[in-house]
Amino acid sequence: MHIFEFIRPADQTAAIATAAQAKTAQQGADVRFLCGGTTLIDLMKLNVETPARVLDINRLPLDKIETTSDGGLKIGATVRNSDLANDERVQRDYAVLSQAILSGASGQIRNMATTAGNLLQRTRCVYFRDTAMACNKRETGTGCSAITGSNRTLAILGTSDHCIATNPSDMCVAMSALEAIIHVQGPKGTRAIPFGDFHLLPRDTPHRETVLEPGDHITHVTLPPPVTGSKQVYLKLRDRASYEFALASAAVVMNVDDGNVGYIRIALGGVGTKPWRSPEAEAALSGKAADAANFRQAAEAALRDAKPQSKNKFKIELAKRCLVHVLQTAANG
Amino acid sequence: MATIHVNDSSRLGVLEAGQAENSANQIAVPMALRINGKEHSLRIDPRTTLLDCIREAVALTGTKKGCDHGQCGACTVHVNGRRVLSCLSLALLHDGEEITTVEGLGTTEAMHPMQAAFLACDAYQCGYCTSGQIMSAVALLNEPCGPDDAAVKELMSGNICRCGAYANIVAAIQQVRKRA
Repeated sequence: MHIFEFIRPADQTAAIATAAQAKTAQQGADVRFLCGGTTLIDLMKLNVETPARVLDINRLPLDKIETTSDGGLKIGATVRNSDLANDERVQRDYAVLSQAILSGASGQIRNMATTAGNLLQRTRCVYFRDTAMACNKRETGTGCSAITGSNRTLAILGTSDHCIATNPSDMCVAMSALEAIIHVQGPKGTRAIPFGDFHLLPRDTPHRETVLEPGDHITHVTLPPPVTGSKQVYLKLRDRASYEFALASAAVVMNVDDGNVGYIRIALGGVGTKPWRSPEAEAALSGKAADAANFRQAAEAALRDAKPQSKNKFKIELAKRCLVHVLQTAANG
Repeated sequence: MATIHVNDSSRLGVLEAGQAENSANQIAVPMALRINGKEHSLRIDPRTTLLDCIREAVALTGTKKGCDHGQCGACTVHVNGRRVLSCLSLALLHDGEEITTVEGLGTTEAMHPMQAAFLACDAYQCGYCTSGQIMSAVALLNEPCGPDDAAVKELMSGNICRCGAYANIVAAIQQVRKRA
């Protein structure tokens, strides 16, 4: 691990002022916010992240879950994943979020990891994590070792010739389906970013994973008011039963009225370079009968643009069956 | 020559430009850590993980280093009563907090019920993962957890046992839960 300056900012203004001096807020940032540490400390040990300054934001007052005036939920940036997953309101009104978080990592890690940290969770691609290997995400222009290498767990949606790394988050898949809003305070003021606009596709700049700029600090995430009567299901498929990243996962928020699909939101995990909302699958299902044939049609639509790598073609069918199963489970109520 | 700002607590471990990082003594910073009810005044490299601090600086070696990357659970300790992975945390983050290691649970003469249950159920083989398993198991008693073995297995999945003592570990935990 490289040496760094450890700073505990007195307040958020001080944190933002220091972070704003960074050259980038993306891969290789010279200033990093540190909270749970479950991603950052790990990557600092591997010398994948080498910040010169580390800002401890654990003690900033951003650890509350509050009901908003419109009946939605405001989740502070430093709320721990376990506290979010076990919150009564989340379990009652946003069950898919609770299920997704509890399917990820372990009890210990969920006690440490935070809401904002999970939004910024980094890929588990082994080449990204190994500084001896070429990786465009870690070091621009060096190439992608994964395309010709071990890519069984990597992405089939949203990839480019430069990067095929999977976004590993479960929480993000549920937040995508719940249409969460990410609230950021930065040197130029505050802004609210719709979930789908927050993460970037790799294209030819895989080192840029989000829209965050130097000094941008995530303060909280809001969820819109709960969808009355909706069935919410998250399913994660993986190589072992627990404590493993997804090969494919699906989150669904669905209303069925008189046998027909009404409100429908679908997102996939483990298959995309970012948390993968599927408007194609939603369009294929909206207003249609909630039956097995239409569920399969939605799954076909979701994976229509999938591009398999040498060792992960199985993910296409796996993701389809995952989504069909989730839709069926939600329909069965 | 290194200059370290030790008087300004908001700027722990500040290094002057151009300073070499070849001497651990030069970059050590003072901190206080409360472990098992006892205050420790330490000078540590800012990079020191909570795990290395507990083992090397405080010399409590019951907490084990397995993978050192958050994948095995051997380093599990409690911070303010909640289980965390000490390998993925910096010691500097924890001043003023209550840290509990396996040494703080009980003694040979007066074991914690979970330690006694591990002994009674033969819930280990080589023992390397055991302190992490026990720290997780004790924290689990205060977490939302369904009554059946499957719920326990799910919440204990962050503690890997290479010997494969899982069945007896679950039995030990269930024994304590049923008596509670």
